[in-house]
Amino acid sequence: MLRSPQAMHIPDGFLSGLVLAVCWAISGLVIVYAFVRVKRDMDERKVPLMGVVAAAIFAGQMLNFPVAAGTSGHLLGAALATILLGPWAAVLVMTIVAGAQALIFQDGGIVALGANLLNMAVSGVFVSYTVYRAVQRFSNGAKWGLLGGGFLAAWTSIFIASLAAALQLAFSGTSPANLGVPAMALVHSVIGIGEGLITVGALTFVYAVRPDLVKTTDQKQIGGRVVWIVGLLLALALAVASPLASTNPDGLEFVAEQQGFLDKAQANSYEIIPDYAMPGMADESAATVAAGIVGVIIVFGVATGVAFLRRTRVTAPTSSGS
Amino acid sequence: MHIHFLDPYRDRPSLIHALDPRVKFVLTLAFVLTMALLPVGAWPIYVLMLTLSLSLTVLSELGLKYVLKRSLLALPFVLAAVPLLFTVPGPALLTLPIGSLSLTVTATGLERLLSIMFKSWVSVQVALVFAAATSFPDMLLAMRAVKLPRLIVSLFGLMWRYMFVLADEAIRLMRARSARSGAIEGLQPGGSILWRAKVTGGLAGNLFIRSLDRGERIYAAMAARGYDGEIRSFPLPPITSTSWITLLCGLILLVGLLLFALLFWA
Repeated sequence: MLRSPQAMHIPDGFLSGLVLAVCWAISGLVIVYAFVRVKRDMDERKVPLMGVVAAAIFAGQMLNFPVAAGTSGHLLGAALATILLGPWAAVLVMTIVAGAQALIFQDGGIVALGANLLNMAVSGVFVSYTVYRAVQRFSNGAKWGLLGGGFLAAWTSIFIASLAAALQLAFSGTSPANLGVPAMALVHSVIGIGEGLITVGALTFVYAVRPDLVKTTDQKQIGGRVVWIVGLLLALALAVASPLASTNPDGLEFVAEQQGFLDKAQANSYEIIPDYAMPGMADESAATVAAGIVGVIIVFGVATGVAFLRRTRVTAPTSSGS
Repeated sequence: MHIHFLDPYRDRPSLIHALDPRVKFVLTLAFVLTMALLPVGAWPIYVLMLTLSLSLTVLSELGLKYVLKRSLLALPFVLAAVPLLFTVPGPALLTLPIGSLSLTVTATGLERLLSIMFKSWVSVQVALVFAAATSFPDMLLAMRAVKLPRLIVSLFGLMWRYMFVLADEAIRLMRARSARSGAIEGLQPGGSILWRAKVTGGLAGNLFIRSLDRGERIYAAMAARGYDGEIRSFPLPPITSTSWITLLCGLILLVGLLLFALLFWA
C-alpha cells in the first residue's frame, strides 16, 4: 500500500543505448540550467524548503483514495510542485524525487532514470507550467482559473509524460508505437484525471489557508517565459509526434505483415530451420563455449569466496567467544 | 509512529555491505549500464550476468528470497513490451486466432521480449542489493565522490531526513480521515469519487503547507547555527587500494563481457 510501482517509471532494460544517451543529455542540460536559475533567483532559504517539499511529494504519494475495483488514485505531484514553487525549483524537486525513487526504491531504473527525469521532471513540469500559465492569463487571476488551470496542468503533465515514455519505448524498439502510444495515452488519460482531481483539492486547500502562495503576481514566476515556450513546444511536439509515430506505415502494415509471415512460414516451413541456424554458427558456438568457460571461472571464484567468507564468519565468533 | 520500514537498508555483516560505497555505486551503475547495452539474445552473457547478480545477492547475505521476491517489482511493465511478440518480423512460432484476425507469435519477437524481461529482472536485482546494502549516508558520500553538484546532494540528504517525518505526517492525516469515515468491508466507500478526490486533495494540500512551514523552521534553525547557503561536509575518506582493485576488476569484467557480447551477438 505504501508504494505501488507506477506505470510511468520505466525500469532498466527497456531502453536502447541511444535513447538513454539522448534522454540523459537533454535532462542533464535542463537540470543544470535549473540549478543556475535557482541559485540566481532564489535566496538560500529555498534550499531546505526544496528538500522538505521533495519529502512531502514522496509522502504525498502515499495519500490515495479508492476509485473502483480495488484501484486507487494517487498523487505524483509534478503539477502541484510547479504551481507552488515555480518551474525551476519544481524541476529540481522532481529530480530529487525521481532520483530517490530509482536509487532507493527501484521505482524506475537507475540507468533509465535519464528518461524518467525527462518525462517527469522536465516534460511534466514544463508542460504543466505552460498550461497553468495559459489558463491563468485567460482567467485573469480568478479562482476558477487557479482550479481549472491546476486540473488541466496536472492532467496534461501526466498525459504528456506518458506520451514521452511511450515514444522512448518505441524508439528503443521495445514497444511498437502503433500499439504502445495509444495504450499508454489511454491509460494515463484516466490516471491523469485522478491526479487532476487531487491537485484541485490540494489547491483549494492552499487557496483557503495560504492564498499568498498561489497568487499569480508572484516573484517566483520571473523568467517563466522560456519555460512557457519550451513547455508549449514540448506539448506540441509530443502531441504531433505521437499520432505520427503510431500511424506510420510500419505500424499500419502490422496486420498485412502478419498475414505475409504466416504465408511465408507455411510455405517454407522446411527451409526456415536450416536458414535460421546455419549462418554464423561457428562464431556463436565458439562464443558460447568461451562464455561457458568464463562462467565456470566466475561461479567457481564466487563459490570459493562465499565458502571462505562463511568459514571465517563461523570461526570468528567462536574464537572470540571462547 | 515511525515508518522505518520505508528504509530499504538491511544491516548485515557481509562483504558487500563492507565494500566502499563509492565502489558499490560506480559498479552498480556500470552493471546496469552494461545490462542495458547488451545486444538482444546474447543468452550466455545474460546467464553470466545473472550469475553475477545472484552471487552478489548471496554474498550480501540479504537472502535470495528477499531479493528475488522484490525483483518482480518491474514485472507489470513488461506489458508494454508484449506486443513485440506479434510485431517483430521473423519466423512464425504459433498463431492465435482471435475472431477473424489471427496473431502470429514470431521467434524473433519472443526472443526480444524475453531479452527485455531478463535484462530488466537482473538489473533490478543488482539495484536492490545496492539499495539494501548501502546506508543512506554512504549513498550521499558516493554521490559526492562522483562529483554530483553539491546542491543536489544536500537536497537529497534533506529529502531523506524529512521523508520519514512527512510520511508520519501523511499517515496521521490518513488516520484522521479514516477516523471520520465509516467503512464496511465489501461495500462501496461513501461519497462520490469527486468528493473522495477532493478530500484526498485537501490532505495533500495540508501536507504541502505543513512542509513549507517546516522548511521555514528548518531554515531558521540552520541559520541560527551559521548556515550561509553553503552546505559544508567532511572531506571524503581516502579509497583503499583494495577498493581500487575491486573497482578495477569489476569494471574490466563488465566491459569485457559487454565487448564479448557485442562482438558475437550484435
